[in-house]
Amino acid sequence: MAEPTRPLPKAQEHDTGAFWEATKNHELRYQRCDDCEAIVFYPRRHCTSCLGSRLTWHTSKGEGTLYTYSVVRQSYHPFFRARAPYAVAWIDLDEGPRILSNIVGIEDPTKELSIGQRLRVEWEDHEELAVPLFRPI
Amino acid sequence: MNSGQKRDAAIVGIHEYPSRDVEGRFSPLQIKAESAAMALADAGLSARDVDAIYDAGDGGGMAGLGISEYLGLKPNVIDTTMVGGSSYEFHAAHAKRAIASGKAKVALLTYGSTAHSNAFAIGVGGHGGGAGMPGPAENMERFCGMTLVSNYAMVAHRHMHEYGTTSEQLAEISVATRLHAMRNPEAVEAMRALEFMDIRETSIQDVVSSRIIADPLHLLECCMISDGGGAVVIAAPEVARDCAKPPVWVLGGGEATKYPENGGDITTSAAAQSGPLAFGEAGVSPDEIDIAMIYDSFSITVLTLLEDLGFCKKGEGGSWVEGGRLRFDRPSEGPALNTDGGGLSSNHPGMRGIFLLIEATRQLRGESCSQVEGASLAVAHGNGGMLGSRHCAGTVVLGRD
Ligand SMILES: [Zn+2]
Repeated sequence: MAEPTRPLPKAQEHDTGAFWEATKNHELRYQRCDDCEAIVFYPRRHCTSCLGSRLTWHTSKGEGTLYTYSVVRQSYHPFFRARAPYAVAWIDLDEGPRILSNIVGIEDPTKELSIGQRLRVEWEDHEELAVPLFRPI
Repeated sequence: MNSGQKRDAAIVGIHEYPSRDVEGRFSPLQIKAESAAMALADAGLSARDVDAIYDAGDGGGMAGLGISEYLGLKPNVIDTTMVGGSSYEFHAAHAKRAIASGKAKVALLTYGSTAHSNAFAIGVGGHGGGAGMPGPAENMERFCGMTLVSNYAMVAHRHMHEYGTTSEQLAEISVATRLHAMRNPEAVEAMRALEFMDIRETSIQDVVSSRIIADPLHLLECCMISDGGGAVVIAAPEVARDCAKPPVWVLGGGEATKYPENGGDITTSAAAQSGPLAFGEAGVSPDEIDIAMIYDSFSITVLTLLEDLGFCKKGEGGSWVEGGRLRFDRPSEGPALNTDGGGLSSNHPGMRGIFLLIEATRQLRGESCSQVEGASLAVAHGNGGMLGSRHCAGTVVLGRD
């Protein structure tokens, strides 16, 4: 029987497809509005501050701060159930976007994480894209 | 009551479907229909009196249409606002508006769900994976396995970090609602039907020593998943005056949205926007409220909403709830919380906003199992969606004559 797999994003999705396309090259991208300089994330075709459509893609350095997290002890999804306990977190990238991801590279997520701690992106490669996970620096 | 208050519309009929486990024998639509009949009977009205239908689509098919055909109604106002658990607070406020504008005289709100039976049928307890194209937000988030509980737990963690809130303080909410549940025979029966391990009053120690589901939230800080439903009838003043039970006036309503924003504050919910709108329209301040019917999907939901509704300052909810303040028998210390036992210990079929209106009405009629003596003002606040990411807020202020 096939191993249960991580639910993956769809690279064809209209707004966020370009984000996932860039992950192939391990680029963590976000948009900034040319007119009002607002950071737009998740990606869209329009600015969430002024509704303008002149957005420019930028690449994050991939470092940020742990805004908040939870350690999931119980999940009904076969892939995640096998990985519990695992950490889900909102991470504030240094450039401004807030991204939801997992924290990896630690023995016991129930003991080793603290809000405010510094994190760096770590890519998990899949056939058509890569998933940005984060590891404490 | 303040003289400026507008008594445009009143809750005149209520019904809470008693069973929390229908064992697959009844459909959501059947629960809605039975509840509608009972609520209309409670009001002393008939189906022929209903000219406005409010429906969140929980019966399946096209919202508003399916329920009208099923009940044989031909309403003049059809409102299909679907904002999860807050839908019914939106419906109550919209019914007040429709009645005040002369578009309708008798509005019917119904809810039916077999969430518990369904979970057993599919054997996983919720969260199916859709095969179609996800929306943009979902496409950014679903890879990381954020469960429902962990979504709320992330609010709790940040709240603890910023304000020093403790698990013991959050447990106060679970303890107060369980105390109220043990006084409500339908809630006790619900816990039996859902095979709760230990059906008794709980202590703070019980809550914080129950197992952690998603840090920092424990099992006894999480709501049940039940079957259930109910109905509410809202009528114009000239109808309400002749109804079987005293009217419970819909004095004010507020609604709002909240979603993740870069740099945003996860500890503040949409209630911070909807609350002042509702209290403002009602001409009432939070410290006048006797009964706080607050959406208790999780302990942290209540703590956050109490702060955002203005019962205490942001960040002070933890110390504010300490010492049993939320119990029904401490009226001098502020409002009683979820006197039916709430979603934590009585009834949570997925969208429990209708029960907030129902129990608030019981209190203002003097019919609650944990009656607050002389209760005259209540707030019902529904949170639909997820507290830690995107949700809607519906606040309704209710008062008796
Ligand atoms: Zn802009």
